[in-house]
Amino acid sequence: MLTSMPNHKGRYGDFGGKYVPETLMAPLEELESALDEAMQDEDFLKQYNEELKEYAGRPTPLTYADKLTKELGGAEIYLKREDLLHTGAHKLNNAIGQALLAKRMGKDKIIAETGAGQHGVASATVAAKLGLSCKVFMGEEDIRRQELNVFRMKLLGAEVISVSSGNGTLKDATNEAIRYWVANCEDHFYLIGSVVGPHPYPRMVRNFQRIIGDETKEQMTRDIDRIYACVGGGSNAIGMFYPFLEDEVELVGIEAAGKGVDTPEHAATLTKGTPGVIHGSLTYLMQDENGQIVEPYSISAGLDYPGIGPEHANLFKTKRVRYESITDDEALDAVKRMSRAEGIIPAIESAHAIAQAIKEAKEMSKDQAIVINVSGRGDKDMATLMEHFTEEGLQ
Amino acid sequence: MMKQQTLFQGKLTKQKDLFIPFIVAGDPHPDKTIQYALRLQEAGADVLELGVPYSDPLADGPVIQKAARRALDAGMSLRKAVEMVPELRKAGLNIPVVIFTYYNPVLQYGHEAFIDALEENGVEGLLIPDLPLEESEDLNERTKEKDIELISLVAPTSEERIKRIAEQARGFLYCVSSLGVTGERKEMAPETLSFIEKVKEHSSVPVAVGFGISSNDQVQLMRKHADGFIIGSKIVKLIESSLEVEKSGDEQEGLRHFSDEVNELVQA
Repeated sequence: MLTSMPNHKGRYGDFGGKYVPETLMAPLEELESALDEAMQDEDFLKQYNEELKEYAGRPTPLTYADKLTKELGGAEIYLKREDLLHTGAHKLNNAIGQALLAKRMGKDKIIAETGAGQHGVASATVAAKLGLSCKVFMGEEDIRRQELNVFRMKLLGAEVISVSSGNGTLKDATNEAIRYWVANCEDHFYLIGSVVGPHPYPRMVRNFQRIIGDETKEQMTRDIDRIYACVGGGSNAIGMFYPFLEDEVELVGIEAAGKGVDTPEHAATLTKGTPGVIHGSLTYLMQDENGQIVEPYSISAGLDYPGIGPEHANLFKTKRVRYESITDDEALDAVKRMSRAEGIIPAIESAHAIAQAIKEAKEMSKDQAIVINVSGRGDKDMATLMEHFTEEGLQ
Repeated sequence: MMKQQTLFQGKLTKQKDLFIPFIVAGDPHPDKTIQYALRLQEAGADVLELGVPYSDPLADGPVIQKAARRALDAGMSLRKAVEMVPELRKAGLNIPVVIFTYYNPVLQYGHEAFIDALEENGVEGLLIPDLPLEESEDLNERTKEKDIELISLVAPTSEERIKRIAEQARGFLYCVSSLGVTGERKEMAPETLSFIEKVKEHSSVPVAVGFGISSNDQVQLMRKHADGFIIGSKIVKLIESSLEVEKSGDEQEGLRHFSDEVNELVQA
């Protein structure tokens, strides 16, 4: 059964595991046993659920996209509104869970990596709320394109550490966060933002994100035919998909095709990558014939990652989830279309899922229904959107 | 505990006072690697750790990251590094060679083909810093069959893992001196010595200490307390400074400078 994965070695089929320096093996074992204890503890779960409700604003609504459905003339379209969660994206679900666990383990210093800055903001937010110190590692290129989120993190009291190695994006920020953790693992908690990294991180992050799918299941009053979610590392997608894995629903994950999957500039890991090890986990990744990791590209900083969570690698290989890819231009069109049809400006990441759903919904019949996970809102992307739409005009 | 004969296919007969330098293959280009390896052998190296450059070296600090970048830019790869070993031999290198590589390039090469290549090219040892005991079963078996030592690591966090790792250790046991990535440390942490003692209790092969060793004082301390010492970042830095000397003089002068510095660093 797909839902009973991973096994005790952290494997999802062939994928996952723990490929880390020996220094980190004991801290990972400590984390795993603390996590397992916490997830059995009713007080811990109660606190997690209370923070989600009273602080983060859960449950998030499931909105029927009336106008978009009519415009396309096909399946009914429903939107899971993670864009309405406090801090503007689904990342907070996981940050709250892990920060509460850090506190329970007696670690009051957290470190995090961030791409688009959404996980950095979520980490800085819970750190402020729970009284933890917070260092966020961020690539210098991402710092440039996500200026607003950098300022938010600083305003929240976090320290933002600029990473200049590689392309200065999420992969490099993650490398540096891991290196810092190796040196400081005794009193620091590494709060990973996606379903990536060594076991037990992919399982832990999934379990703190599955609330997205669990709520959707409760809120939906009719059968769902397909569900769409964008995939970088894959946390919003796995959070949405996991509760549906054993159901008869078609699940569609959408990767970033950047300037096109036939160009070198994309981040379509499953579409174009091969199995390998990145950031402690065996999964699919973008690499050359010598096993050197290749720099990805996407207009969306949150999808600009050369790997993907190991559970997605297994769902891809077993064909339980269908993975598609969407280009920068298609995603930007979807931002505009969703903004005008429904008065919702989605994050460029989420717009990848919307673009694929728009392509498919019109080919479906009117008695079918789809759900799109709107994983975040577009406020953070205004600079990028202004640059793009000023050139093209906003007609 | 009784020490068993260290093997490396019979090429390492010493059990103590082992000097194990690390260099990055192809930094700044392959011909130079051969020169530096020979100089290290002259300076008394007992085993050579030949590092394979990697795009994302998680266990390495800035010095080795930069060296890896230089070597990758010059076209180095796992395959080329392994194929460099016969050339090192031809040039006169007799000491055992341990290939140091991250796991992903090995996975792309394929376990079977890779171990065959190690055998064909006369490599005596293998060290993969991101392949812990739990993930190493297949390569452990394959290297055993070919009499190649798969080197294990223990770290200050290993605690109850020490016994399990030390008992199956082969060649030498790599003892990570302190938390953190590779690179110079001004001082050895006071806990380091008791940690080394603990590891030695369980190990049947020599215990060599690495990470941060960068001064003659530290070398002396390790000669006294451990069975060997591994020096990486500091050697890479000496290569950098010898290249600087070369710029203002000639190649021989750069290599002489390198030899002098290494001798000073490791003198007993």
